[in-house]
Amino acid sequence: MIAAVNAGIALLLLGLAIWTIAARDTFAAIVGFVAYGLLLALAWVALRGVDVALTEAAIGGGLTGVLLIRAAAKLRATEAASNAERPALPTRLAAAIMAGGVTAALALVVLRTAGPAPTLAPEVAANIGATGVANPITAVLLAFRAMDTLLEAIVLLFALIGVWSLAPDHLWGGRPGARYRADPDGILAYLARLLPPLGIIVGFYIFWIGADLPGGKFQGATILAAMWLLAMMAGLADAPPVSRRWLRAALVAGPAAFIAVGAAGVGIAGAFLGYPEGLAKALIIVIEVALLPSLVLTLGLIMAGAPERTAA
Amino acid sequence: MSTALDIFTVVSVAAGALFFLAGTVGLLRFPDVFTHIHALGKADNLGLGLVVLGLLPQVNGLLAGLKLVAIWLIVLLAGAAVSQMIARAARRAGPHA
Amino acid sequence: MTDAPTLYGLCAAALIGLGVYGFIVNPQPLRKLLAFNVVGSGVFVLFGAIAHRGGALGWGGDPVPQALLITGIVVAFAATALAVALLLRLADEADSVTLADAAPAKPDVTARDR
Repeated sequence: MIAAVNAGIALLLLGLAIWTIAARDTFAAIVGFVAYGLLLALAWVALRGVDVALTEAAIGGGLTGVLLIRAAAKLRATEAASNAERPALPTRLAAAIMAGGVTAALALVVLRTAGPAPTLAPEVAANIGATGVANPITAVLLAFRAMDTLLEAIVLLFALIGVWSLAPDHLWGGRPGARYRADPDGILAYLARLLPPLGIIVGFYIFWIGADLPGGKFQGATILAAMWLLAMMAGLADAPPVSRRWLRAALVAGPAAFIAVGAAGVGIAGAFLGYPEGLAKALIIVIEVALLPSLVLTLGLIMAGAPERTAA
Repeated sequence: MSTALDIFTVVSVAAGALFFLAGTVGLLRFPDVFTHIHALGKADNLGLGLVVLGLLPQVNGLLAGLKLVAIWLIVLLAGAAVSQMIARAARRAGPHA
Repeated sequence: MTDAPTLYGLCAAALIGLGVYGFIVNPQPLRKLLAFNVVGSGVFVLFGAIAHRGGALGWGGDPVPQALLITGIVVAFAATALAVALLLRLADEADSVTLADAAPAKPDVTARDR
């Protein structure tokens, strides 16, 4: 029974991937990609990765989908001209043969890999007690491999700086994205008033539960950022000008606190990001609480895009 | 008692799946945007409601049950709002869009 | 063939191939980005499927690869967002987003902002 469900998910994934690649209309292809992302979340549940499933649904399907749909709407005028550049049949054939070769090689790897994969799970199990958290993935993200998570937060910040620096010179420091003018009595404004209180509770819940159960700061921050975006799209809130000092301070506060805790670890525990005995859970909570607002702002502003209006 | 609850779950979830099927058939067979929304909105909201209802006896604890009901209510809210936005956009675009 | 990791591993191999094909063949930059995301998700699933054979120890899967995957998904989003911003700026500047060496039909499109 479960095998049939898995086979169905895999077949639908392949169908949606073909649709995403082959659909004539870019908008339709992106809608297919969003459905693909949600289905992929189901595949992750089947692979027993609920944390990954939450991240895929929130970021891989949700945020990326919104980003691409908006880009497709703005680029619609260029679609026809680009389509005229479709490569000739020999190129397509060569590409198909190459892609088929890649698939065949990878399939061979999957089928020929014997025995259990090497794993660090026993080490995690042996040391998780020292961290005080019950969700092993949170323990890995914030204790055993905390350096990855620190760099990940910094990569997001760099992406935001990259997006900002694509603004034309005279708009540098202005407000990101277009001002949305929605009907104040319309259904979108209604939704943007009704949903955020619920969404904020759910976002904080996912964030807080991450210590013991699937969830965590990235998934929670995505939901909170989505609520902010909803208010922006409904015209109820406006994105702040990117030159605001409080905004920039808030953006770096999370990674800075992370680095500060890490540097303190050098003195106290003898290693960067080393936690002293018994304080691990407290320090993890300090880092997560400091990181959450920075992540919400970073994700929300990455979605809002490059500055398009002057700060006034 | 638990057998009765299991039967209730199977019947309710199956009925929900039937509504999803009906909604999908409607989406594929009906002629325009407004009837598509009609088919999807009615069938899927009821379908999800029945699935949630069927799963309620299977969860342990009041909190998990409330979470399931909350999911249904949030989907109802989002579905209703998005349906109206799509319908409004379709009406503005004209009958042949 | 019947166990989930092998099934999803094979599915991921096909997804990567599809994405590679779309990335080469589709002329639109936005569609290339979409295809690249399909490749990326295929790589993630392949990684997850192979790692799934590791020790479970009463937890769902092996937590170390899963933590790496979460990091990977977030970094992929950051890269996609930057690529979208680059594309939109290119469209603003040049009125076209062609990746061809020279746009033969409209040779003066890049001259507007000079």
